[in-house]
Amino acid sequence: MAFLEIPNVRIKGMAATLPANRKDNLTDPLVQDGEKILKNTGIQYRHVASETLCASDLCEDAAKRVLQGLGWEPESVDCLVFVRQTPDYILPATAVLLQDRLGLPTTSYAIDLAMGCSGYVFGLSNIAALMQTGSFKRGLLLVGDTISRTCSPNDKSTYPLFGDAGTATALEFDETAANLKFSFGTDGAGKDAIIIPDGGSRNPFTVDSLKEETIEEGIVRSKLQLVLDGMDVFSFGISKGPKSVKELAEHFELDLEKVDNFIFHQANLFMNEKIRKKLKIEEDKVPYCLQKFGNTSCATIPLTMISERAEILKNAEQTHVACGFGVGLSWASVYFETSKLVVSEIGFIN
Amino acid sequence: MDQNEFIQLFAEQFDETEPDEFTPETEFRSLEEWDSMVALMIIAMVDEEYNVKISGDDIRNSNTISDLMKVVESKK
Repeated sequence: MAFLEIPNVRIKGMAATLPANRKDNLTDPLVQDGEKILKNTGIQYRHVASETLCASDLCEDAAKRVLQGLGWEPESVDCLVFVRQTPDYILPATAVLLQDRLGLPTTSYAIDLAMGCSGYVFGLSNIAALMQTGSFKRGLLLVGDTISRTCSPNDKSTYPLFGDAGTATALEFDETAANLKFSFGTDGAGKDAIIIPDGGSRNPFTVDSLKEETIEEGIVRSKLQLVLDGMDVFSFGISKGPKSVKELAEHFELDLEKVDNFIFHQANLFMNEKIRKKLKIEEDKVPYCLQKFGNTSCATIPLTMISERAEILKNAEQTHVACGFGVGLSWASVYFETSKLVVSEIGFIN
Repeated sequence: MDQNEFIQLFAEQFDETEPDEFTPETEFRSLEEWDSMVALMIIAMVDEEYNVKISGDDIRNSNTISDLMKVVESKK
């Protein structure tokens, strides 16, 4: 387990933007037995991007609104980190495009991180590490995906679960900020549990990549679409999620009973509740937005904070533990504090 | 590992199948009630009761309850 402690960086504001188009698992003709899915996974609604809407569009909108809320000029932002699995292009990096679209100075630093479910925590560690010396005063952490566009509509193991979202977290160099405390883990041996097999350099796109295969009843997909081995991911999540949070608490001598909010990656309710119970955390400290938005890949942690905790984030000082786990396999936890954040209302675009 | 206890815990993950239908030789993946959700319940039960992490392949490669119990035993 890798640990990091980063001083001098404060989270100042957050925003999220979703596709306006919303699907309902209870009425979607492509979803069989939506009531059972709702009961077991906690997922009912999913906001789904059209073919022309990218994760960067969602994040751009969220970023503009967070800058507006803080009264920050785009020229005052020194660095941008974009965390995603669904970039605009294979190259160039989408963060660089976002520098231009947001009007950030050409002297700014911009980089993509290709991470999924654990990506918000990894991204936070990256941007905070960049900013901790004060060379960069203001930073934007943009985290989002249009992961629904990677799911086969004929795959019951992915299609009903995933929604799309883009988020923006604004950070500032501040020597009075409480330290951010992280723990990380990585296990590439589990790569096949969540994967899009074709289209990269290992298995380049061919005509065969488009061929739809029946994996089992209710699971038909091509090799350009998302594979999710639910059993392996579940087994991984219920063991690594609690372990990651426990190791964070032990290493940094945190009293988990005193933490106000536990924000977990929103995978599915059955798995998340197992994790919560293993950690013996009270229900009211663990917010969920699964029913409203489904699993939105790397965006779930900030989206849950904005959707379920906006008022308290705006008005109070709060302590948080966030934990992301999934594709890679990869997992990460962070302890952080917030005080009177600028939180924008959730935005919707077409 | 106590076989009767394992079978009882295994049976508890099913809502409709009668407990007395479960024996060491039961081919659990052929049971009418078997689905991916029950599989997750079994994974969670093994994790909680035996502190053992079983994979999707462990379940897919086991035919009978006894097969799966051997997997759990080998990972303890």
